[in-house]
Amino acid sequence: MKIVDILAICEGKLLTPDVDVSSEIKGGFAGDLMSDVLASIQAESALITGLCNPQVVRTALIADVRLIIFARGKKPGEDILNLANDEGMPVIASPLGLYQISGRLAQAGLPSYETEMNLFPKN
Amino acid sequence: MSDQVTLSDSDAGIITRVEELGYELKISQVMTTNVVTLSPDMHMIDALDLIQKNRISGAPVVQNGEVIGIISTEDLIRSLRDGRIDRKVTDYMTRGLITAKANEKVVEALKTFAKKNVGRLPILDENNKLVGMLTKGDITNGLLTALQRDYQAEELIRYRASHLFEDIESDRTSLILRYRIIKDDFLHGGAASNHIKKALQRLGASRQIARRCGIAVYEAEMNLIIHTTNGGFLRVEIEPHKITMEAYDDGPGIEDVEKALTPGFSTATEQVRNKGFGAGMGLVNIRGCVDEMSIKSSKESGTNLYMTMYLDKTSS
Repeated sequence: MKIVDILAICEGKLLTPDVDVSSEIKGGFAGDLMSDVLASIQAESALITGLCNPQVVRTALIADVRLIIFARGKKPGEDILNLANDEGMPVIASPLGLYQISGRLAQAGLPSYETEMNLFPKN
Repeated sequence: MSDQVTLSDSDAGIITRVEELGYELKISQVMTTNVVTLSPDMHMIDALDLIQKNRISGAPVVQNGEVIGIISTEDLIRSLRDGRIDRKVTDYMTRGLITAKANEKVVEALKTFAKKNVGRLPILDENNKLVGMLTKGDITNGLLTALQRDYQAEELIRYRASHLFEDIESDRTSLILRYRIIKDDFLHGGAASNHIKKALQRLGASRQIARRCGIAVYEAEMNLIIHTTNGGFLRVEIEPHKITMEAYDDGPGIEDVEKALTPGFSTATEQVRNKGFGAGMGLVNIRGCVDEMSIKSSKESGTNLYMTMYLDKTSS
């Protein structure tokens, strides 16, 4: 799914004007805990989060995330946007909630890019 | 699914860079400067000779340094069809010229080409004197040359970095990166890890290796920021066959290492959790990312976390 399509679906605003909105996003992941993101997000996906600090961008860079969507009307500050712009990381702000965005994107065909965790590992 | 029509990331990158270059390059950098010009008293047959001899598709008509019109192959064909090849160029030239300025950006010329139905633009200086000609072909050539320069510069950096180990002879060569991590410095949290990840990529590590090392060292970096008394240090040693990452601090030490390794166990404060950390997954994540992990911790000397990634079994 292209960033430009995701932008429309989550009724969002693109906050990094220089990025290529035609680039492809392969899946989605929603979460507020960055350790959870690092533990189970697959590369080249969109990260939908209600957390709003520079660590979100750094986590995204480390985990090869291709798009950050700040949910629940969170407005990322200049420090976040400067970092995102410097690193070419696309950032969208959406007025919708995490569940709403995830549901809409899943319905539109964007698969979950969250690795399932083994609840009861053998060792 | 439709891999042939969708652009790969690298292709998308190049297209964006071309667009960028359109805004960076000036027309003067890509235009043809040795312009073949015609004078108003020439006849169409002279123009035909000149255009044919120089293998060009048109030429401006210049009077006292100023462009007063342009003769294209189309104008030549018109005169030939009329059987008027003996007429003056001023009778057949296109007037009301569309021009561009030499110090304008290439993107401006691209817009003009898209809007107006012209094949070439006379390029003028500030005093409206003709200094060059520009065709779409000139722009393509200029962009390709600039792209190649870019590509070569990045390739050179990558080449130098990835051949570092081959270029230096020793019994055992390694590169050591060190970062000081400051307690409670959430603003810069993760910056060192991103530098480490980039360095690994430049040194030729695969995407997977760089990502796994990045995640492990990022968790370790956040642990230093969150849990230490005085912050600590990250030390990454890169060798051709393995990457050793170490995070060390001088306290307060982990009370129960076994417990700290339980998924979900956390001693982090509410404040830290509000920042998105302290989920009790840090050490668990690290163990899942690297080939070997070990912890030494005591109240007296603080915590040392060792993480090792072997490069032999995976392509590096």
